[in-house]
Amino acid sequence: MAQQTIEQGLPPRPDNGTELLDVPDGWEAREVEQFLYREARLADENDYDGWEALWTDDAIYWVPVDGEGDHPRTTVSIIFDNRSRISTRMKQVKTGKRYAQAPPSNLRRIIGNVELLGGRANAEGGVDIEIGANVLAFESRPRGNTLWGGRTTYRLRRVDGQILLAYKKVVLVDNEQAVPTLGFLI
Amino acid sequence: MTAVVPSESEVQEGGSRYDRLIQPARVHGTLYTDPSIFAEELRKIWHKTWVFVGHESEVPQVNDYVRKQLADQDVVMTRDKEGEVHLLINRCAHRGLQVCDDKAGNSSSFRCPYHGWTYRNTGELLGYPYNKGYGGKKQLPLGMGKVARVASYQGFVFGSLAAEGQSLEDHLGAAKGEIDRLVGLSPEGKVSLDAGWLRHKTRSNWKFLAENETDGYHPQFVHGSIFGVTGSPIGELYSDNSTAVTRNLGDGHSENDLRPEFRGFAEPMRWFGTTPDRVPNYVAAMKEAHGEDADRLMIEGAPHVMIFPNLFIAEIQVFNIQPVAVGECVQYATAVQFDGGHELNMRMVSQSIGSVGPAGMLLADDTEMYERNQRGVAMADPEWLDVRRGLHRESVDEDGFTIGTATDETGMRGFWNHYKSLMEAED
Repeated sequence: MAQQTIEQGLPPRPDNGTELLDVPDGWEAREVEQFLYREARLADENDYDGWEALWTDDAIYWVPVDGEGDHPRTTVSIIFDNRSRISTRMKQVKTGKRYAQAPPSNLRRIIGNVELLGGRANAEGGVDIEIGANVLAFESRPRGNTLWGGRTTYRLRRVDGQILLAYKKVVLVDNEQAVPTLGFLI
Repeated sequence: MTAVVPSESEVQEGGSRYDRLIQPARVHGTLYTDPSIFAEELRKIWHKTWVFVGHESEVPQVNDYVRKQLADQDVVMTRDKEGEVHLLINRCAHRGLQVCDDKAGNSSSFRCPYHGWTYRNTGELLGYPYNKGYGGKKQLPLGMGKVARVASYQGFVFGSLAAEGQSLEDHLGAAKGEIDRLVGLSPEGKVSLDAGWLRHKTRSNWKFLAENETDGYHPQFVHGSIFGVTGSPIGELYSDNSTAVTRNLGDGHSENDLRPEFRGFAEPMRWFGTTPDRVPNYVAAMKEAHGEDADRLMIEGAPHVMIFPNLFIAEIQVFNIQPVAVGECVQYATAVQFDGGHELNMRMVSQSIGSVGPAGMLLADDTEMYERNQRGVAMADPEWLDVRRGLHRESVDEDGFTIGTATDETGMRGFWNHYKSLMEAED
């Protein structure tokens, strides 16, 4: 893969392309958790505008297949959205005719085992805080109920005094199996 | 789930069971819900005809292997030391265990974890522990089961569990030309399917997927949400004004032939939604490889073809449909990768992630339709599904194939004709 990366001029993998630094100063676990819970609630309640407003301009939202996934530019993923594609995804669902979410799923999720893992240098010259957490989401749809479990890695950044989400990777526990339609925001 | 009340169709006199259930303009709902029909399909279709399994590029090196599904069979696709591709049934000849546990890897042999029986990657039994228990002989006439016939076309690997039957080339028939058309878009004349597979669990009968793959009637409605917000012109290809045709290629295969639309525009790479200046290296490589023919190839683009029973090539994606139960299947999807087309390959991966798989902006909505179809056919009345669209305006093209307009159900009718002929055959 390293050879392929050089030959094809690929960017580094977004999950481990740079060294994990110390947790940057000025972050409190409680404040981080409150942000994660809010992000989860906006997703659970299908508040698409509120959820989209959480993201930075260089955002990455990634749900790989096969464990941690391979390089997302050369291998398929369940989701690999940049900021523009997040926006397209939200525009589509807001038409009310994104049938995989029309009617929308009924959802509630638990975020737990929150750990402040370290810092990641970002393209703007700053350092984002990287957080790991477990997620268990209960989805109800006419096709039946689905329990989704996963490990989420987040990167948060302070922009003009606000906390924003720069990166979210959700590794589904069962992503080596066939999974049902994932129409909601995991 | 099964309709148990004798229906109008079932009590009609004469004809085979499938004559009654499959008629020119309609098919019966029990075809999607009756577990006994599903069991019969496994025997008469999935265990008999040629089934798409994978691609040679998934086992590029000698001794590479990858686990695959052929309907209900767990198989291991291997490449032996001579470079030949095999499909082994993943089952120990001794006590029936799964022999190969890893999803993919490189090994010349597999060892069953239960009693240590070891098999070569051609399926032959290499050895077993404590041979006195078998009279001290070194050889036992046992080996891993094999998919009886394995053949590939342009690297697409198919297996047939029946030892005898028509050749793969005969099975593919006119669909071969569509695979050639895909491969012709590679500057090296070769495609790879090595970008990994999305696996989408679908609570629906497999036939709803096969029927939908060349249904040009649904895109404007099911996918209007994404065409609308992205300004995509794809929907127009399947409108009432489209010059595209739906073609029954025979043997259950069918296609939406979009070439008339793209020829009308005569713009290379329009089929991919881009322009030559955005992929200059690819265009140059195509011109070098194909000379004067390059422009035509790049104008006409890739095929949209359903190859019976489970291979669907949707321009830049390849799908594999795996039946699991009467009301469940798995859709596998990957991005086509053109050898020598690096510039395009990353774009095809990116577009595929956006459109297909469990969260795709196109396929998640199709899948919602299949699942609602499946719930619907369990309802009592009406018992039939209608497939008459365009029947009155079908014609025969210069090659003798039946064609309809872009939105006609010509492909579905071809599917059902072939299905009926297979299901009526003796077990």
